[in-house]
Amino acid sequence: MKDQFEAVIGLEVHCQLLTESKAFSGDKASFQSEPNQYIDPLSLGHPGTLPVYNEHAVKLTLKMGLATHSTINERSIFARKHYFYPDLPKGYQISQYEQPICTGGYIEITEGGDPANTRRIRLIRIHVEEDAGRSIHDAESESSLLDYNRSGVPLIEIVTEPDLRTPQEAQITMRTIRQLVRYLDICDGNMQEGSLRCDANISIRPTGSSELRQKTEIKNLNSFRFLERALTYEINRQVSLLQKRQPVAAETRLWDEEAGETRSMRSKEEAHDYRYFPDPDLPPLLVSESLLRTVKTQMTSLPAERVAKYTSDWGLSIHDSEVLTAERDVADYFEDCVSHLIVDGKYPVEQIAKSVANFLMTHVLRTLKGEDARNEEFVVDSARFSQLIELRLGDRISSTAAVSIFEQMLISADAPVTIAEDRALFQIRDTAKISHVVDEVLMQHSDRVATYRAGKVGLIGFFMGQVMAKYPGSPDPKIVRALLEQKLGSNT
Amino acid sequence: MAISIEEVTRVAELARLRFSEEELRRMAGELEKILEYVRKLEEIDTSDVVPMTHVHDDFGTLREDRVEPRISRDEALSNAPDTDGKFFRVPKVIE
Repeated sequence: MKDQFEAVIGLEVHCQLLTESKAFSGDKASFQSEPNQYIDPLSLGHPGTLPVYNEHAVKLTLKMGLATHSTINERSIFARKHYFYPDLPKGYQISQYEQPICTGGYIEITEGGDPANTRRIRLIRIHVEEDAGRSIHDAESESSLLDYNRSGVPLIEIVTEPDLRTPQEAQITMRTIRQLVRYLDICDGNMQEGSLRCDANISIRPTGSSELRQKTEIKNLNSFRFLERALTYEINRQVSLLQKRQPVAAETRLWDEEAGETRSMRSKEEAHDYRYFPDPDLPPLLVSESLLRTVKTQMTSLPAERVAKYTSDWGLSIHDSEVLTAERDVADYFEDCVSHLIVDGKYPVEQIAKSVANFLMTHVLRTLKGEDARNEEFVVDSARFSQLIELRLGDRISSTAAVSIFEQMLISADAPVTIAEDRALFQIRDTAKISHVVDEVLMQHSDRVATYRAGKVGLIGFFMGQVMAKYPGSPDPKIVRALLEQKLGSNT
Repeated sequence: MAISIEEVTRVAELARLRFSEEELRRMAGELEKILEYVRKLEEIDTSDVVPMTHVHDDFGTLREDRVEPRISRDEALSNAPDTDGKFFRVPKVIE
């Protein structure tokens, strides 16, 4: 029954830009502090103040435009969007309307990590605007309290075409955008604190139809889960209206997580008339060629490119590549290690990449503090970590020894070689000496030797253990095994 | 094409202004006169003219991203009709 209908979904994603100061004034763009610490007469909407736009905010916006293959408009204009609300002291928000800074472009999303399932989600535009203040309604019964630290913090709004068909796709798109903005240092992507949030537009139509029906808008979704759940709820609600032949009302709705439903916030009849017009206080936003060139040099290689490189040039699996590229700092660290080890050309790059990737994913990632790796300090820097991997690549230490050396590296600044020496963790390759110990062990356990020779070859493990335990330091297990097999096979 | 009383009422609502019946009628007449004057422009063919948003259109001004505090919280709050010492206080608004 549900296959009869499909959803048509578009997203409007708001990202707070990582600038030091606000969009149009010099007060600090930080609101994780005491209320009303960072307030400029301009942020408070005092008469006589004049806005001047932040150059760094332009650069960050251009980065996103480049990353999404958008057309960068050399000239765009600021517009005033009017509404009255105490969190907006000027009575209008500075935004962009008719001529935004970026138009067109697309984002590629991949479902289930399979590149065969890559889909392009087209963008309508990216425009710049400013955030509003924060209202607190539940502290006092008769009043609302206002904090303007957030007032004037620069935002970009990324608007997609209605190209999305499922809540799952919407969620993946949001994740992809979050990964991009974090890679590019555009936004910290903290959805819980609202640095990244989205509104979703959704309508339902018979599957296969190309018409666009009446949509509703769900406001302020600040988690992937809420986005997916709200859209799923809204699809079911609209489908059941359609089946009852009732119209879908044009309205703005809010997701109520506790009740698990969307609720009408206001209908379009009461909708605001924003009366947009070009802001006479601000000259056009001009993107010079030199500014654009500077930004291009500051672009980093994006997750999709890196996954392609890891899989095709370095022979890693798609899964491993995705784990390694999820956070830019991890991907950078991984690549640093690989390039340290590539230099002397001793080992093939596939072997290096595999060895670094395995150790990194199994032992290093868990040592990162905090719940995400953005700006995360790696306890062991990539140069020192590469030295450890090199010892492994040269088979100079066992995999067990590598782990214990790494544990030690976490608490001391010693080079892995020093640690290996101090703790006698180098694999011993002196066949003559090992052979001597092997002979001793076989002599002591002549009864078991007989059992082995009678066909109980599983005893090799026992002999291995005896030799390893008896030998001072760590003999290379491969040599021990070879010697045992050789000696046990012969009757001498 | 006269401006209707309903249109004036709507614009007044959007601007949070309240007028008496008589004022609304007067405004409608005055607005109509202004529009009549501007309507003169419709005599010109502007299909090839790019809408002008600014008189000076060939420069952009950006500022460096630098924190430059100008006023303290106490100074800011001193202008407010009501505060609790940290927040601005306004009559309860719930949308």
